[in-house]
Amino acid sequence: MDFLDYAQLTTGQKISYKIKSFFTGIPGAIVGLFKAIGKFFKGVFSWIGNGLKGYGSRFAKGDIGTKLSYIIMGAGSAMHGQIGKGLCFLAAQIAYIMFMMNFGSVYISKIWGTVHFDEVSIEKVTYQNVDITGVVGNVPPNYDVDPIFGAKTITNLDSLDDSNKVLLFFVMTVLVSIAFFAVYITNTKSAFKSQGIRAEGKKPMSFIEEMSMFLDERFHVTMLIIPVTGLLIFTVLPIIFTIFMAFTNYDKEHQPPGNMYWWVGFKNFADVFYSNPDKSSTFGKILVWTLVWAVFATFTNYIFGIILALMINKKEIKFKAFWRTMFVVTAAVPQFVTLLIMKLLLADGGPINETLGALGVPTIPFLSNCDMARITVIVVNMWVGIPYTMLISSGLLMNIPEDLYESARIDGANAFQQFTKITFPYIFFVTTPYLITSFVGNINNFNVIYFLTGGGPSPAEYYKAGQTDLLVTWLYKLTTQSSDFNLAAVIGIIVFIICATGSLITFNMSKASKNEEEFS
Amino acid sequence: MTNTSSMQSGYAAKKRAANIVIYVILTIMVIIWISPIVWLVLASFSGDGVSTGMFPKTFTFDNYIRLAQDHERDGTPIPVEDMKFPYFKWVFNTFIVAVLSSVISTLIILMVSYAFSRLRFKSRKTFLNLGLILGMFPGFMSMAATYNIMDIFGLKQNLFALVIVYSAGAGLGYQVAKGFFDTIPRSLDEAAKIDGATRNQIFWIIILPLSKPIIVYTALTTFMGPWADYIFVSYFMKDNSDSYTIALGLYRMLEQESRNEYFTVFCAGAVLIAIPITILFVIMQRFYVAGVTGGAVKG
Repeated sequence: MDFLDYAQLTTGQKISYKIKSFFTGIPGAIVGLFKAIGKFFKGVFSWIGNGLKGYGSRFAKGDIGTKLSYIIMGAGSAMHGQIGKGLCFLAAQIAYIMFMMNFGSVYISKIWGTVHFDEVSIEKVTYQNVDITGVVGNVPPNYDVDPIFGAKTITNLDSLDDSNKVLLFFVMTVLVSIAFFAVYITNTKSAFKSQGIRAEGKKPMSFIEEMSMFLDERFHVTMLIIPVTGLLIFTVLPIIFTIFMAFTNYDKEHQPPGNMYWWVGFKNFADVFYSNPDKSSTFGKILVWTLVWAVFATFTNYIFGIILALMINKKEIKFKAFWRTMFVVTAAVPQFVTLLIMKLLLADGGPINETLGALGVPTIPFLSNCDMARITVIVVNMWVGIPYTMLISSGLLMNIPEDLYESARIDGANAFQQFTKITFPYIFFVTTPYLITSFVGNINNFNVIYFLTGGGPSPAEYYKAGQTDLLVTWLYKLTTQSSDFNLAAVIGIIVFIICATGSLITFNMSKASKNEEEFS
Repeated sequence: MTNTSSMQSGYAAKKRAANIVIYVILTIMVIIWISPIVWLVLASFSGDGVSTGMFPKTFTFDNYIRLAQDHERDGTPIPVEDMKFPYFKWVFNTFIVAVLSSVISTLIILMVSYAFSRLRFKSRKTFLNLGLILGMFPGFMSMAATYNIMDIFGLKQNLFALVIVYSAGAGLGYQVAKGFFDTIPRSLDEAAKIDGATRNQIFWIIILPLSKPIIVYTALTTFMGPWADYIFVSYFMKDNSDSYTIALGLYRMLEQESRNEYFTVFCAGAVLIAIPITILFVIMQRFYVAGVTGGAVKG
């Protein structure tokens, strides 16, 4: 259907066409997602391929200095007259070798440790001569450790490795090695480049000149080195560590120091999806509720927030600043405060129920009955979120060029038509990214659930969770209350996958729909 | 003629009626939205303790006094060092953490956003995409691992651990500042470059003096973060109540065993903490909008 056909449709047909094209767009968006993933891997492979090709060809074309720098870093630079730079590369190489000898190799060797038992009982069956492989860390032989229920007698903690430390230092070693590899490649490139400059009969840059580039051409390196290092140590490293944790049996029974954990492969994922009825049924229920919650929370806030903004920004309405400020104030009070107040107010014996009781209404279990609690959290979330949406869409409404309305009025459009033709498309167009982020934000909405219901009500068939728990609050409880670190890591990975695919699909869809966006 | 004028007056009447409906709806909504906060303020002055209903029957300043100087039920003062809920110590803790992480985060955010906005380099897109991916992991998914790292650095249950956690992740929150830098005309950079300025000099001499509003905004938002964070503090500090920040401390007041005793004290503490945060937020709202709409609105 081209634009002319579309323009001839009646309003009803247009709407149904839009809805239809939204849903028919979903498969395309999913295909787009896979294409994007494919493109990503293609990019990675061609990047690696080109890197290898360059690495080889530089060696083939290199002079003796360049070739030497493939083994002794900085040799090429030094021989081509860049002594300072060469020394820096050499220092990096020596530092890395020292690091690996004293530190890295130890933890690489410990990451897959073996424990030998002359006799061990697992689930009341006694086995003779058992080797358990894949332990994170080393244990002295015949150490009195029960592999399922943890340590029995701990006589000397120092002889037992701390699995956490081993895993953490292992990840650290890998990251340092990647960084060193990058420096190593730079070293070969730099040697080859200075060789070329020499061949042209020029002089390569001096160390001082090269360093001063970090204040100009390479200023981005100077600006990014500290933030990226911070992110690597305190964000990337913990995330990788956590992802690894999902493949171990790091739980209450296997807590270092004192106990060790070991690699269990995909067992935790299998537990969550099917093999452990407790965990998998809890996961299924929480996943469904999380998605239901995210959809309701996002769209109720979005729609009512925009309606509120439209009311406040209606031309004839006076005291705009007053209305807006009233709502902004409620949004400004820290959420943990407002939500805890809501919890107090809505409690079974709280003021609201007390007042209702005085009027003869029986106690309403706002937070203590499953369905009621779910409705309550969505409604309270509207109370929390609508001011934000109002705030955002108010700003957008004021940004719509006034002459659009002017010309619409001259053409005889009424208020409703102005809304459907100008206001709504405009707002929807600009807020699509906001819609995506708020959907992802609601999947991760810890505050509203945790402070209001604490995840409850919690029937016994839920594994360490309650009926209003989202995946993230479950994750929090698993980490802080029941020390099921491996399970928490699995949940974290699943949340990441949901958010990432959701964002990518909607991103692809909004990219596709932008082409047919019409402002007329 | 008369026909059209009556039509017009009918139209006007309809319009007026619509406006009245809107006023009524807005008024009802404001009442719904404001009343929990009014109730909080009232309860903070309530002398009825846990039995405070919709409206307190007696009023007192005692709840506020107990934040600084707690006392037993019979009125004997509890020494400050023995207080179960040392409110002002927590406020002080939070303030220290907030100031330090605000300074560090602001520096980091300015550096990252300047690099991504004004500088063009080979791996820029890769870094931006990696940042997006990192941002999609649930923020506290790896807090157990972070806690282990802090333990190794000897920062277990230490306030500096919080400073590090809050500011190390700041590098991912560059969008607002980047949007601001994007609006500064590039011709300024180019002119300076022709005059022989390095990118370093351009940053310090040209861009930074123009960026006062965004520096203030970044500093204030990063300052506000620690006042509202519960998740990391609760996991990092466990039962070390000396190192609590305010959100965790207030939360503890409402736990089962202390709720009856400290219900109205909590309200007083919440009011005191909400006032400055609310004022800051109201001042900052313009920028907040610019931030979430990805710079679609220029503040």
